Amino acid sequence: MTLLDFARGPAMQIAIIIFVVGILWRLVGVWALRQKKDLSEARSRGAWIGGIKGLFAHGWPYKPFVSKVGTQYIVGYVIHLGLFIVLFFGTPHMLFFADIVGFTWWTLPGSVITFIAVITTAALFFALAKRLVNPVQRLISNFDDYATWFVTTLPFVTGLATNANLWPDYEFGLAIHLLSVWLLLIYFPFGKLMHSFWFVVSRYTTGSRFARRGGMA
Amino acid sequence: MKEHALTLGEELRRQGISRRSFLKFCAGVASSMAIPATMVPAMAASLAQARRQSVIWMSYQECTACIESLTRSFSPTVENLIFNFISLDFQHALQAAAGDQAVEALRNAMEENWGKYLVLVDGSIPLKDDGVYSTSHGQTHLESLREVAEGAAAIVSIGTCACYGGVGAARPNPTGAVGVEDIITDKPILNVPGCPPIPEVMTGVLTSFLAFGELPAVDELKRPSAFFSDTIHDRCYRRPFYDMGKFAKSFDDEGARKGWCLYELGCKGPITHNACATMKFNQGVSWPIQSGHGCLGCSEPDFWDKDSFYKPLSAGQWGSAEGIAIAAAAGVALGAASAVMSRRNQDKISGGK
Repeated sequence: MTLLDFARGPAMQIAIIIFVVGILWRLVGVWALRQKKDLSEARSRGAWIGGIKGLFAHGWPYKPFVSKVGTQYIVGYVIHLGLFIVLFFGTPHMLFFADIVGFTWWTLPGSVITFIAVITTAALFFALAKRLVNPVQRLISNFDDYATWFVTTLPFVTGLATNANLWPDYEFGLAIHLLSVWLLLIYFPFGKLMHSFWFVVSRYTTGSRFARRGGMA
Repeated sequence: MKEHALTLGEELRRQGISRRSFLKFCAGVASSMAIPATMVPAMAASLAQARRQSVIWMSYQECTACIESLTRSFSPTVENLIFNFISLDFQHALQAAAGDQAVEALRNAMEENWGKYLVLVDGSIPLKDDGVYSTSHGQTHLESLREVAEGAAAIVSIGTCACYGGVGAARPNPTGAVGVEDIITDKPILNVPGCPPIPEVMTGVLTSFLAFGELPAVDELKRPSAFFSDTIHDRCYRRPFYDMGKFAKSFDDEGARKGWCLYELGCKGPITHNACATMKFNQGVSWPIQSGHGCLGCSEPDFWDKDSFYKPLSAGQWGSAEGIAIAAAAGVALGAASAVMSRRNQDKISGGK
């Protein structure tokens, strides 16, 4: 069995199994917890509207803080949108998902995907540099922050290296790229990457609770 | 002068091949094998002095496509004459002699050229049950290979079966088939994989052996680096369309006819090392991708067992969905158990209030 066969077969199956177990473990584990009762009288009946507003209100910075946190919002958007576009609109990636869902969709030219991947990788390195340079951010960073950065950045770096044929051969590069993605999947449920699932829930919950008490989202 | 005693240069002159044509041929071979242009005169001089090389061709567990490819595709060219120049002392599909006579010819050739003859092998060799699944003239091919290899100067495995076991070794490999390199370990071995291999690669290898007296440089899979260092994808004429993101969606659709990339249709070009994209088959007429079909990866080890030929390379090998279903159930169970424990803990802290 070659490294690529291992990456496409057993490694992928193990990674997906760990991913599925971990995600459901955490989702069910949290959702099945007892909810905190709010004993105060509701000041607003439309708390759910506040929840919906909450989903979007934190999508951009609070005006007085724009000059201070604007850059990190932009970097955050570049990373997230870049990841989304590369993951779903790169042809080889789309074909991976198409094999699961049974249908294909429109993709972007390879050169565009490469350009977006380079920008995203640069943004990831900028985010790391900021974390290391800013004393407050460095102080509140833990292993999870760095591990999350590492497993997110690695597929970009290996993917770009494979695309640019920087490995001894494409087969080896593809195998390393796939293995780096499986590492991401394995780590996903157990670290901060779970925010992909939690951010909608937590923003809605915060928004609706604040609204119930008459506050803003 | 006896035909056998002629040098290659004399033989070519006898057949009316001009020195200019011969030099052009040498330059072509040197170019295809990445030999520096400055070496061409030396190569031509050495090649012209070469004596007739004894070649013994053994066919084992094979389909005859390798020899069909190598013999039927030649037009009368200098390459062809090089092939004619070697002394093919044994090849049981081609030679007139059969049975005891053929075996006697083989024994004579081995005895007369002991330590100097070149062995070409096509087909895999079964190992299971002492190799009884493939025999000729009362001898298993395992015994036959060991016997012939003993007096060989070098061995060239032709076709993926002889190189790595090929189709014969595909799962479940009922005969325990392997390639030559898994059996013979004390001789120089060169692999020319492909199903079938490209004839011009064989000419290049033979020419190099005749000119320099040794096999050309090889990669980690013992393939001549000059022909196998690039992937099909690297040299494919459809590659620009891959880079542009233009892919054929089905065989013979408009995109396929416009020359768009066949990656989505399962082409294995990116992981296949061979010279098909540049040398093509049938004197450069065409090759599989040009005729509209994705590369099967036939020159790579275990190509038959690398999932569907029609599945894109980036798609995974899922096995069964049961594992994922069990994983989902286990995740839900673990989550529920965690929640129960947390609730108990909450009750304990709050005293049940």
